[in-house]
Amino acid sequence: MTGDARAPQRLIVTGEMAVTLPRHVQLRFNKPRDMWLLLAPERVLEPDAIAVTVLQKCDGTRTIRDISQELADIYTAPVETIEADVTAMMQDLADKGFLTEGRTHE
Amino acid sequence: MSDASALEPDTGLTPGKGTSHGLPVAVLLEVTHRCPLQCPYCSNPVELDRPKSELSTEEWVRVLHEMPDLGILQVHFSGGEPMARKDIVELVQAATDAGLYSNLITSGVTLTRERLEALADAGLSHVQISFQANDPVLANRVGGYKNGHAKKLEAAKWTREAGLPLTVNAVMHRQNLHELPDMIDMAVEMGAHRIEVANVQYYGWALKNRAALMPTMAQIEECNRVVEEAEERLKGILAIDYVVPDYYAVRPKTCMGGWGRQFFNISPAGRVLPCHAAESITGLEFDSVRDHALGWIWDHSPALNLYRGTDWMPEPCQSCDFKEEDFGGCRCQAFALTGDAANTDPACSFSPHHDAIFKTAETEAETGETRFIYRNLAGGTPEA
Ligand code: SF4
Ligand code: SF4
Repeated sequence: MTGDARAPQRLIVTGEMAVTLPRHVQLRFNKPRDMWLLLAPERVLEPDAIAVTVLQKCDGTRTIRDISQELADIYTAPVETIEADVTAMMQDLADKGFLTEGRTHE
Repeated sequence: MSDASALEPDTGLTPGKGTSHGLPVAVLLEVTHRCPLQCPYCSNPVELDRPKSELSTEEWVRVLHEMPDLGILQVHFSGGEPMARKDIVELVQAATDAGLYSNLITSGVTLTRERLEALADAGLSHVQISFQANDPVLANRVGGYKNGHAKKLEAAKWTREAGLPLTVNAVMHRQNLHELPDMIDMAVEMGAHRIEVANVQYYGWALKNRAALMPTMAQIEECNRVVEEAEERLKGILAIDYVVPDYYAVRPKTCMGGWGRQFFNISPAGRVLPCHAAESITGLEFDSVRDHALGWIWDHSPALNLYRGTDWMPEPCQSCDFKEEDFGGCRCQAFALTGDAANTDPACSFSPHHDAIFKTAETEAETGETRFIYRNLAGGTPEA
């Protein structure tokens, strides 16, 4: 590997970031199993109910902080805790190659 | 939801212990056995399906539309070379219309920019291109195809330009394992999201070529080290899936998650198989989508039911604690190496055949035999 500026880099997820699922990762409701699934290359993941809610909100324009605030209002939980949880979950997805950055808010 | 446990694979999807099979998750569609390459480890059967026997466009479309109701989520268009089918874009479109996630597994040598764009427009979700080595001379020799490597590099570039995610399939054996670090770097440089480092599995063509392919123990140890180091260094950049060679293992792999449990394969002529190599087991009759609805075959095909669950197992599997974990290993390998598909996979150290086979492998790895027998419709051609 060279020190090429175009060299791919690990996506580090932050609260200011707006993220979304790339084309090859699809959140779908599966009728025969009656459950939500996340389809990815050679993998099928089973997001739990909260993960599904979060992923549905990840449209690439709302930031993780915005989304965490919405969830904090719904579940009357501290936004800091929720943001930490959501960020960790998104980092996990990013490290699997299952997340891309949307538009960042400066 | 704070950690990965919110996103673990395979819990509700996997059939519970004691059940013979569940809803199928993914299907490998071998749309043709035609292929311009001649890889000596090809996973296709030695007896290849003739082009004339292939399912028609209409037959594939009908079968694709039967899939979602059975629970199938993903289809992999494979072969042979799936691009050898003139109707491949139509088939991918049918998968998309049916609501299936689709993946193309290709050698890449006949891909063009236009066809990739057409596939992307038809809803293809992902592309896998196989590479035989990093060094073009070696790569072209292994694939038995002149200038193939350069064409693959171009196809990989076009795949990324069409906005499609790319997996590099790296099939590893004694004659290319020294190139693994370069192949991983190559994958990063071409913008691949993922690399499958798959050590050759020895049945069919690969078994014919075992002496020329079998790695040494030292190579495998080095391979483990390279993969481990790359996983750490490339976290978040390149995902690595690693298939270890089970000749050097203590326990066998859980082949296909168990025979007919949640995956299957459709051959070019429409036969439903528990895995791509199952036709190497002689004496089994597989049902065809030409004669039955797919749902009927999944639940009732005698060949699928034969090795489902654990009741069929002889000793040492029957009284073994691992029987619901690895289901006795691979039936095709048991057949190829012991002559009886119901035997314990000799990759398992509890198999009475294990020691003898391990020794053969070690001896073969040291022989220095390098000549391949190339895969083709004529039953194989020795390397010049
Ligand atoms: S393994 Fe090689 S010969 Fe076999 S289908 Fe794939 S590219 Fe063709
Ligand atoms: S004896 Fe059979 S069940 Fe036990 S580990 Fe070996 S293959 Fe698996």
